[in-house]
Amino acid sequence: MTHQTSLEFSKNAARAQADSDLQSALEKLQRDTRLARPVITGRLPEFEALRDRAVAIKNHTLAHLDHYLETFEANVIDAGGHVHWCNDSSDARDTIMKICRDTGAKTVGKGKSMVSEEIALNDFLIANGLDVVETDLGEYILQLRKETPSHVVMPAIHLKKEQIATTFREHHTELDPARPLDVPGDMTEEARIKLREKFLAADVGITGANMLIAETGSIVVVTNEGNGDLTQTLPRVHIVIAAIEKVVPRIDDALSILRILARSATGQEITCYTTFATGPKRPNDLDGPEEFHLILLDNGRTKLLEGEFRDVLRCIRCGACQSACPVYGAVGGHAYGGVYGGPIGAVLTPALDGIDQAWPLPEASSFCGSCEAVCPMRIPLPGLMRRWREIAHSRKLNKSGARRGLTLWAWAARRPKLYRRGARIALAVLRALGGRRGYLRSVPLAGGWTVSRDLPAPEGGTFVDRWQKERNT
Amino acid sequence: MSARDDILSRIRAATGRTESSGAPPPPEYANTVLIPARATGTPGELAARFIDMAAEAAATIGRVDAPGDVGPAIAAWLAAEGLGTDLIAAPDPALDAWGLTAGNGLTVRRGIATGDDTVSVTPSVAGIAETGSLLVTAGPGTPYTLNFLPETHIAVLHADRIVGGYEDAWAMVRQHNEKGAALPRTVTLITGPSRSSDIERTVTIGVHGPKRLHIVLVGKADGEET
Repeated sequence: MTHQTSLEFSKNAARAQADSDLQSALEKLQRDTRLARPVITGRLPEFEALRDRAVAIKNHTLAHLDHYLETFEANVIDAGGHVHWCNDSSDARDTIMKICRDTGAKTVGKGKSMVSEEIALNDFLIANGLDVVETDLGEYILQLRKETPSHVVMPAIHLKKEQIATTFREHHTELDPARPLDVPGDMTEEARIKLREKFLAADVGITGANMLIAETGSIVVVTNEGNGDLTQTLPRVHIVIAAIEKVVPRIDDALSILRILARSATGQEITCYTTFATGPKRPNDLDGPEEFHLILLDNGRTKLLEGEFRDVLRCIRCGACQSACPVYGAVGGHAYGGVYGGPIGAVLTPALDGIDQAWPLPEASSFCGSCEAVCPMRIPLPGLMRRWREIAHSRKLNKSGARRGLTLWAWAARRPKLYRRGARIALAVLRALGGRRGYLRSVPLAGGWTVSRDLPAPEGGTFVDRWQKERNT
Repeated sequence: MSARDDILSRIRAATGRTESSGAPPPPEYANTVLIPARATGTPGELAARFIDMAAEAAATIGRVDAPGDVGPAIAAWLAAEGLGTDLIAAPDPALDAWGLTAGNGLTVRRGIATGDDTVSVTPSVAGIAETGSLLVTAGPGTPYTLNFLPETHIAVLHADRIVGGYEDAWAMVRQHNEKGAALPRTVTLITGPSRSSDIERTVTIGVHGPKRLHIVLVGKADGEET
């Protein structure tokens, strides 16, 4: 599959809507999400209060980020680990490659990590001669298919089981071609056996981190499959890659956030495995990595910290905004082009790739507010998308027709008398066009809206006229 | 300038400082705790909730009266499930009292797990009622891989170690380490056997970690009825 770009969002979206497999997968995701949420949050009456607490924890940490990162670093070193600060993707890739080279590594096992997608780590390591295997089931499927994740926590949500079965038959050619791969369990078992060899053979394990804990220098890794744990234990070297906003001050802060993370992500009370790991193997330990390296990555975070987009640094990558968003539900994650799809992608991708490369994404929202309503960190996603729209408009990135229309509207909106007169005229025209039918089949400049539905003709005067009339009676 | 200096100075510029401000005053939220109601109750209530939640997470639970009954109970469970008699057990001396012996029909090796071990037996530091999770730690007596490599993981938990919430279980970890020692290298909350819903959101049990998690509960919590 060729990679889609953010600039071609409209074209990507049209293609996605014509893909019936994708549509049925997305429909199921959104239905499941809607059904699971009240059940899960209903058993935890403190859910809203925990969200407030999580916001307070992150806001406090971000306001003192230098202190907490320095504390975290000191504690990692104290526990026998190494910390590598990296400004950007290329810094991080080079640092990881150097660690692999220094330890004579040939094979790398990888846990699921969105930051590693952000820095396109796999392609780089493979180009440098390493054998890299994704161990999360979804990510493994995507690696075989040379695709990227379409959802933050359910990376292969866009695929049907038949497509995955075909992929397994193409790649696992040493197995009996007639073996059954009819149900997800068949493929899960096959992946378990294939990947087991890889876990045991890997020289280096690379994982992300859901949180970093300043007071102890610990990382927190949350998984359901257990792959994150095998990846960080069996190989001789464990490399963690985490962006700087992942730090929280204390263990107790991490525990509060854990109570909302899985519930928001997959609708579970907690995932199967939540591991707090601190440094490498100790002198008397029988297993564990001999080296522990932590890559602390900026990659645009300090820029976000500066200004009006700071709130987005509270994101814990749960994917709740994606699962809830009607636009994501209609087009899937790949249409967004960047690493992150959905509302979080519409806010983050312009920051990571530049608004000139991603201006259509913030337009991909009806501002229905679902994303902000479910975001455990209460990130004002619609407001931040609106802000990107303003920036795109002021840099003349959006289409000239839309820009002229907006300019005209803004000019009129600042002249109330003229605006009201114009509204009355438009109303009368639409009513006349609607005629006795009472609706319009098509409207100039609104073809996109009327192509699939009729526009009811307006009735009973403009809002302002009616407001004044009601108030006077 | 190093990347470290670059990043720290950009953070300071973005948060209106020129140099490190040192430790900030404790934030307001840290003056209060927020423990969910489901993480509180009498020991009997917590034990009941732990058992319910663990079962919901697809763990199975067996109960014995005393530590010496653990071995026979495991042998009986393995026989009923058709899982053989070979075990890899944690080296922790606490397990010496569990009757994991040939006399009880078990073949037991103590140490770390390899890819060929099928059943492991480990102790647990705590059971957490709010989610039915076990808290386990890695150390010289408790290799980490025992919890992940074998297809069947049998975790033994004393009923008086069932607590309400995550914070209570962490307090037990800290108590364990009161001699000023560092945290255990790993502290893991285990909730049911491993699973994935990466294929069409269908939950499949047993991916890379164990396919079965069996909890042997020893004794009773205070006030718990039989």
